[in-house]
Amino acid sequence: MGADLDIILKKYKQGKREDLIPLLQEIQEDLGYLSEEAIVKTGNFLGLSTTKIYGLATFYDKFRFIPSGKIKISICHGTSCFLNGSQAVINKIKEETGIIPGQTTRDGNFSYEIVSCMGGCNNGPVINVNGEYHTHIKAEQLPELIKRLKYVIEND
Amino acid sequence: MEDLNTFLIEKVLLFESDTLSPETEKVLQQVRRDKPVQPVIFVSSGTSSLIAGSEKTYTAVETYINENASSAGLVRVGCTGPANFEPMVCIQIPGKNKLFFRNITEEKVEPLLNGVFHNDISDDDLAGQTGTKGFELWPGIPFMDELPFFAYQKRVVLGNCGCYDPESIEEYIARGGYRSYVKAIRHYTFEEVCDIIERSGLRGRSGGGYLTGLKWKHALNTSSNARYLICNAKESDPGAFTDRTILESDPHRLIEGIAIGAYAIGASNAIVFIRSGADHARNRLQKAIDKAREYGLFGHNIFSSGYNLDIIIRKEPGAFVCGEETALINTLEGERGMPQLKPPYPTTAGLFGKPTVINNVETLMNVPLIMQNGPEWFRTLGTENSPGTKVFALAGKGRMSGVVEVEMGTTIRTILEDIADGIREGKEFKAIQLGGASGSFITSENLDIAIDYDVLREKGIGMGAGGFVIIDENTCMVDLVRYYMEFIRNESCGKCIPCREGTGRMLEILESVIRKPLNEESGTTLERFKGVMQLETIASVMKDTSLCGLGQTAPNPFISALKNFRDEFEEHIFDRKCRANICRGLRSFSIDVDKCTGCTACASKCPVNAIYGTRLQPFFIVEEKCIGCGICFDICKFSAITVK
Repeated sequence: MGADLDIILKKYKQGKREDLIPLLQEIQEDLGYLSEEAIVKTGNFLGLSTTKIYGLATFYDKFRFIPSGKIKISICHGTSCFLNGSQAVINKIKEETGIIPGQTTRDGNFSYEIVSCMGGCNNGPVINVNGEYHTHIKAEQLPELIKRLKYVIEND
Repeated sequence: MEDLNTFLIEKVLLFESDTLSPETEKVLQQVRRDKPVQPVIFVSSGTSSLIAGSEKTYTAVETYINENASSAGLVRVGCTGPANFEPMVCIQIPGKNKLFFRNITEEKVEPLLNGVFHNDISDDDLAGQTGTKGFELWPGIPFMDELPFFAYQKRVVLGNCGCYDPESIEEYIARGGYRSYVKAIRHYTFEEVCDIIERSGLRGRSGGGYLTGLKWKHALNTSSNARYLICNAKESDPGAFTDRTILESDPHRLIEGIAIGAYAIGASNAIVFIRSGADHARNRLQKAIDKAREYGLFGHNIFSSGYNLDIIIRKEPGAFVCGEETALINTLEGERGMPQLKPPYPTTAGLFGKPTVINNVETLMNVPLIMQNGPEWFRTLGTENSPGTKVFALAGKGRMSGVVEVEMGTTIRTILEDIADGIREGKEFKAIQLGGASGSFITSENLDIAIDYDVLREKGIGMGAGGFVIIDENTCMVDLVRYYMEFIRNESCGKCIPCREGTGRMLEILESVIRKPLNEESGTTLERFKGVMQLETIASVMKDTSLCGLGQTAPNPFISALKNFRDEFEEHIFDRKCRANICRGLRSFSIDVDKCTGCTACASKCPVNAIYGTRLQPFFIVEEKCIGCGICFDICKFSAITVK
């Protein structure tokens, strides 16, 4: 893990302020989240204090500071999906997993986020589970889906 | 492949005359697959197709070709437009017109291909044919451009979408691409390019409607040692997907537009600021940029013209407000994406204090076309003050949805009734939401307004970036306004107080309107009425005093909903009723004694135990306990539960 971080940092030789966001994005793509170690290292590299980096990273909602779950769900909450009932889907997922968007369940299995439009407007509500799209999702289908996903994790 | 590369550069891009030699045309025809000798199968591959399962379709077609040892070609193309036809498959048999099929999921592939290759085509999945001169017609099959969805459109910007493989630069060059860019950098000065665009009357498509050529001139006339062009592809309005579709279906034309724009202002750095979550589009764009670089279209001293250009992609880190120009610049500089006071405008002091032009995707898509066909051609499209076309993302409750493009001056009614083919399931039309979270509603009285910057501005409607959401009677306007307000509340950057506090307060009041109070005694009713009275004041203060466009336009959905649907708001506030039965807090359920069989299904599922009764006897709901969740309504097999 540490080695990867050094490789990423090396790519940004000059280490200017404007490199901060792409750098953090790349680290997150690699690690799945921004660890404390990564932020401290980035700070040393760019000559910025860690508070400055946290201040920036918490402003943007695509950065996470805890590892994401094994199953990552994104729920589309665009206007079209909203009109077709994505609010009920979000409520159901909240109820089933017991977490709010951006968190990860204690067993490390699930995390979910709400996105503004995925582009599948005629198939709404759309959710994405680990890169696979599910269309016309109804809140009633979710317990079954989550049970199935849990089963997959446990038998992996 | 190496040969084709040099051939295209020498004989097409650097060819001095506008008309190419017949030999070159012949090669280009092959690259374009104009007259294929083998059948070719095109599978769409935009995000909306991927969501509908087009990758599985692609694999199924591939397997079919391998199994039948057929020599048919297989190509991934961009989006043709109608999202509810996805996954779309297009088949061309040599010497015959192209046939389009809709909703071809993987299991339909085999029977379909069997049918087509044995001349036995079933009508079920057929969408239509497209005619080219010299090809045999399919008798009795409608033409695609005669379908209402296409007949009322004018596809200029989207002209290439769905016609070619977006990952192939060769095909784009064979379709005339990059020639106007090469011509511009070799033969035109910066001012001449700005002039051409200014004369065309192209206006920024992101909503403001500022003349693009004029903006470029401002940047060009500011003396500086560096300038920047930023393509704003950060389209994160809920319900907008035009930019993404363009990026996925025709990335090369966008790159050409960016390159011409960068040249016009003398910038040697261009940045594409792309939204997060659009990975498919980003990968395609990255591939396209890499390919163009291989062809020597960017880099140092391009084609010995003395001009240098580099294009990079930056991914947005997740904040709605970054779409605002000054906030976008802050983000690119590695700061928090907060807007700043204007002036100075970015064209004088933008990124790193240098003159910067920010254009959106659709604007830049028009540029290569204007350079190719001349500003006079562009003026023939659309209306006098708003020439050209406008791309919309049709979404919501229309029968058709997808990305459409109409000429300026087309009425909203045409888009709604002809292109979108009315409302799904025969429901009643209620409104159209134009322009996403900061847009306004258009009701049935205003449907005959033409799409034109000035006409819309007169009516107080913003064009927006291209969201066109159709709303039917089953939608509660109060709930929809609350949804937009919640979105803006979450996205407000918190820099200026009117927006930060105003959005929060407005959301609070709207929530109190649709919530069921546990008891009406402890002043909640008073609070609600007081809040409602203040809503309009808050909205106008926000509009007047917010720092950036996000805050200034945040109350728009509320203001226009209140203007057009005041009775619906009043019903929620005074009668505590939601006519669309959407607002949970205001629903109350009761059991029809005659229909209830006493099966206990509802009672066992009720989360608050509000349903009582004896088995095989009619049950009843205790209204005070009911939270209006509607589980009993969904679960009852005898439709014994009624909503009030």
